[in-house]
Amino acid sequence: MQKIEAVIQPSKLEAVKDALVEAGIAGITILEARGHGRQKGHTEFYRGREYAVDLLPKIKLEVVVTDDMAEKAIQAIITAARTGRIGDGKIFVSKIDEAIRIRNDERGEIAL
Amino acid sequence: MRVSAVGALLLTAGSAWAQTAATASTERIAALEKANTANATAIASAQSAGDNAWMLVSAALVLMMSGPGLALFYGGLVRKKNILATMMQTFAMMAIITVLWALFGYSLAFAPGHGALAPYIGGFQNVFLHGVGTDPGPYAATIPSQTFMVYQLMFAIITPALITGAFAERMKFSAMVVFLILWAILVYSPMAHMVWGVGGLLNTTGGKFPCLDFAGGTVVHVTSGVSALVTALYIGKRVGYPQKPMPPHSVVLSFIGACLLWVGWFGFNAGSALAASGLATSAFVATHFAAAAAACGWLAAEWIRNGKPSALGGISGAVAGLVGITPAAGFVTPMAALWIGLITGVFCFYMVVKVKNIFGYDDSLDAFGVHGSGGTLGAILTGLFARAFVNKGTNIDGFFAGNHKQLLNQFIGVAIAWVISIVGTLIILFVVDKLIGLRVSEEDEREGLDITQHGEEGYDWDVA
Repeated sequence: MQKIEAVIQPSKLEAVKDALVEAGIAGITILEARGHGRQKGHTEFYRGREYAVDLLPKIKLEVVVTDDMAEKAIQAIITAARTGRIGDGKIFVSKIDEAIRIRNDERGEIAL
Repeated sequence: MRVSAVGALLLTAGSAWAQTAATASTERIAALEKANTANATAIASAQSAGDNAWMLVSAALVLMMSGPGLALFYGGLVRKKNILATMMQTFAMMAIITVLWALFGYSLAFAPGHGALAPYIGGFQNVFLHGVGTDPGPYAATIPSQTFMVYQLMFAIITPALITGAFAERMKFSAMVVFLILWAILVYSPMAHMVWGVGGLLNTTGGKFPCLDFAGGTVVHVTSGVSALVTALYIGKRVGYPQKPMPPHSVVLSFIGACLLWVGWFGFNAGSALAASGLATSAFVATHFAAAAAACGWLAAEWIRNGKPSALGGISGAVAGLVGITPAAGFVTPMAALWIGLITGVFCFYMVVKVKNIFGYDDSLDAFGVHGSGGTLGAILTGLFARAFVNKGTNIDGFFAGNHKQLLNQFIGVAIAWVISIVGTLIILFVVDKLIGLRVSEEDEREGLDITQHGEEGYDWDVA
């Protein structure tokens, strides 16, 4: 099993969700996040005074999928979240040792 | 009025009865009755329902400039932990100055003065609103004295409220209340008397230096703006200023507030005609044109300098233009109003974004940058652009119409307003600082004035 964590633009959440559903992925968790990558935020002007806003609002999305579904999910996220501009986000993939469904103790891929 | 007329009639009738025979007195009563009826008719015809309606609406419009206008404008510009405290400062003025005005503020501003002080401050004839009834008074021939009184009250409210922008986010509520009560007595009332009061030094009807100030360029904006600067310098910067970012917490609220100010300003300036007249129309048009031109001016300057025209810039420019046209509103043509607005808008932009940063004072919400500098410039531009034909009552030309002396009078008016504001404010601040202390503790300032001064929060999103 693999966990795919993606940091994306808030405006792309709907499109990414739809793409994941279409790819056949059922479970999804999202978190409202703030952060920046290499480009470091933007500047705002209030009456001539400049304010650097370096922690921008982002969405962090987590899905755990079976190994054979991982690449499909990654491609779905990339396609839906890409604008081509700075700040589109990143995807991190990691191995998951175990998954347990709380309701009935099911373990492994069947719990996903 | 009817009661007093009947009373006078009975009294005179009584004395007539004692002095003459019964038949003669009957004739005399009839004659008196006729004279009284004629008098009542004369007063009734002098009163204009149209004028009174317009002036009552204008008074309400000017109050709308304070709360909600100014309260929202300033409230949005502070950080969210200070919104209620900031709005309360304006609201407190609505309540406190009203009581003060009724007791003696109006008298000190508008009653005739005594002896050598007459050109500088009013007397006590109208204390407790004595003699301020529903008959027309000396200031406006066609509206009740009380209408004039309550209209002027709204100016007396918003003027000290404007100052609160300079010391936002750091003054104790108690100190603010005492400071602004003393300020209303020592700075506002004398200045209003000098410019508008009977026998005032700067009055255009017989004053020594007739200074054109249609709706309060010197009385309202210069006094409040300059006092704001003095207060900002005296009280010091906010904790963390300018290193820590302190952007407005809601430009949306400020936007609504500024637009309410724009609408309310029609009462402020066009109402200053004191009648539903052609002059009111002329002032209305000048006011609107100047606000629009100033918004364009500020936005253009900002667009060129920062690369983007901001919403806060647009509304700030409009307010600057409204300030700039205030002294001129009833004396200039629509085209002159466009110029005054444009010049004031660009000028105030540079005062706020450049001059403030060069000198490093923390005029938090730019009370001086907009009202002090805009009011000063507007008063001088009035001396340049005034045309006698616009206001036949005052009948004074400005510099461009060949009356060079008027520019000097405008400078004198502005200089007096600066001096009285600086000296008066410094004295009051010193006294209040010694008595109560001006600032909240650093800890309270960090926590925010909503909680520490009022025990409430403007926003509590956690309550379901």
